[in-house]
Amino acid sequence: MAEHFVLDGVAYAYGDKRAVDGVSLTLTPGRFYGLVGPNGCGKSTLLDLLMANRRPAAGTIQLGGRPLAAYGRRELARRLALVPQDFTIHFAFTVLEVVLMGRHPYLPRFGSVSAEDLAIAEAAMAAIGIESFRDRYVTELSGGEKQRVVVARALAQDTPVLMLDEATSNLDIGHTLEIFQVARARVRERNDTVIAVVHNLNLAAAYCDELIFMNQGRLAACGPTAEILTPATIREVFGVESRVARDAFSGALQVSFRYGS
Amino acid sequence: MTSVSAPHDTGRAVILAALLLLALAAAVVVSTGMGFIQITPAEVVRVVAARLSGDQALLAGFDPVFPYVIMDVRLPRILTAALVGGGLAVCGVVFQGILLNPLADPYTLGISSGAAFGASLALVLNLTLLGPGSVPLFAFVGALATLAVVLYLSSFDGQMSANTLILSGVIVGAILAAGISFMKYLADEQVAMIIYWLMGSFASKSWLDVGLALAALLSGLAVAVYYGRDLNIMSLGGRSSDSLGVETARVRKILLVAASLTAAVCVSVSGIIGFIGLIVPHLMRFLVGPDNRRLAVLSALAGALLLLIADTVTRAVLPAEVPIGVLTALIGGPFFCYIFRRRQRGMMHG
Repeated sequence: MAEHFVLDGVAYAYGDKRAVDGVSLTLTPGRFYGLVGPNGCGKSTLLDLLMANRRPAAGTIQLGGRPLAAYGRRELARRLALVPQDFTIHFAFTVLEVVLMGRHPYLPRFGSVSAEDLAIAEAAMAAIGIESFRDRYVTELSGGEKQRVVVARALAQDTPVLMLDEATSNLDIGHTLEIFQVARARVRERNDTVIAVVHNLNLAAAYCDELIFMNQGRLAACGPTAEILTPATIREVFGVESRVARDAFSGALQVSFRYGS
Repeated sequence: MTSVSAPHDTGRAVILAALLLLALAAAVVVSTGMGFIQITPAEVVRVVAARLSGDQALLAGFDPVFPYVIMDVRLPRILTAALVGGGLAVCGVVFQGILLNPLADPYTLGISSGAAFGASLALVLNLTLLGPGSVPLFAFVGALATLAVVLYLSSFDGQMSANTLILSGVIVGAILAAGISFMKYLADEQVAMIIYWLMGSFASKSWLDVGLALAALLSGLAVAVYYGRDLNIMSLGGRSSDSLGVETARVRKILLVAASLTAAVCVSVSGIIGFIGLIVPHLMRFLVGPDNRRLAVLSALAGALLLLIADTVTRAVLPAEVPIGVLTALIGGPFFCYIFRRRQRGMMHG
């Protein structure tokens, strides 16, 4: 079910503030995209537009050759999964119950979870390393633990497109790398598309095939990571001085910054 | 949501439902026997069986007043109390689920204030053009009008957030409360009637009330169970539930309107009875977990049992009848404080 996302002149505004301004892009299956840019540059709004949570004020978004607006909610939920930035749950569901919510788009209204759904949910928990949380209440988990539960829920949704909106902001480096590795495995093994909002440029450099730099609602630069992750782009988008070099230890591009005195 | 997660095992919910159902049936029979004229449970069952089967032989040897007391006085009151209790509890489940706020209850959106305003208006203006049904009818219309205003105030761009709904409910409720105070100030001999209505009562309920409350409970319960899984997922927040295939905005509106209609009928029939819709969902969530489908069913049963017992206590146990709304608040309020403190302690240690 590999499908292209095609954005053409997409714009969205909150009142007078243009959050996304004339973005045209094609997102190809089997690629890991990093969405990068300063705070308030429109990254989350762009994800919302891709999720059809908001409708573009101008321009079109197509998924698999069909306008996004033509899909039903459930249909879309079988194609796109989102790990949101902030996650709150107000009632004491268990971890397994929350991960199984990822199977909702596949369940008939009065049907219950099948053995297959359960197996998929358990595989998702195993991939993120939270099998031992299975019967714990999500209301009693730490912020980082909750975030991993939400990633497992998105994996259980079993979609060809996975969007991560700062999905590792509460996580230590070990769990951060774990989640990026799981996402990359999906891209390599299943030809999935991953679109991740990333603030840490070194993480973006290590995992993303392509980077999409946004600034003030517009595309600042976009293309293969090795070509566009340059001091010039970083200066233009973030206004900081940097050096980009291949790191001998990781083999990935490494960004160093001038920190000031 | 599932039967696979150990802490929220289905078997436990089924057993609890069976126990509640048995207790409810027993409570109806025992309560019907209690009162100024004492009737044994066996006699109650025989009278009801005689009426249902039309077999007059079952009534042989009975005081002829028994069938009248049971069928025309006590049962309508008892069943209305139970059905209203169940209806309020189901509404509580839905409101707490939609507003993502465990402190929400069927009255959070001002339904009770609207009903009270409508009822007070009918009482003050002596509107009896529609016979004895005028006050409940005005109460119902008042509740619906309030719901419409609150929904209008809180929707923007097709979206309603929990916070704007709660705030709109509070504001509209405050305005209506001022209106009710003013009517009390203007009213002469009707003041007592307004106060009496506001405190809730099941005195002199008829089979019509039973029918209305039954329809309200069943329709509210059906909608709550039908959208129960969506409501579970909506507890993750709107952005997440949208991405999981739930039409959050639409489902929220349907559930709000259905639960409000149920609450409006309950309030119109009985006056304002607080805390049932707040406490019962909490208790049941504590016992069987937060899955809204089973929560709605169990809360309906437990709410029915609780309000029936409370009404029986005020009717047949206490030396003088305490208004039911006062009784539920006096028992429910402190109990709620206890739950609230426990929750806070739990959060601090959690």
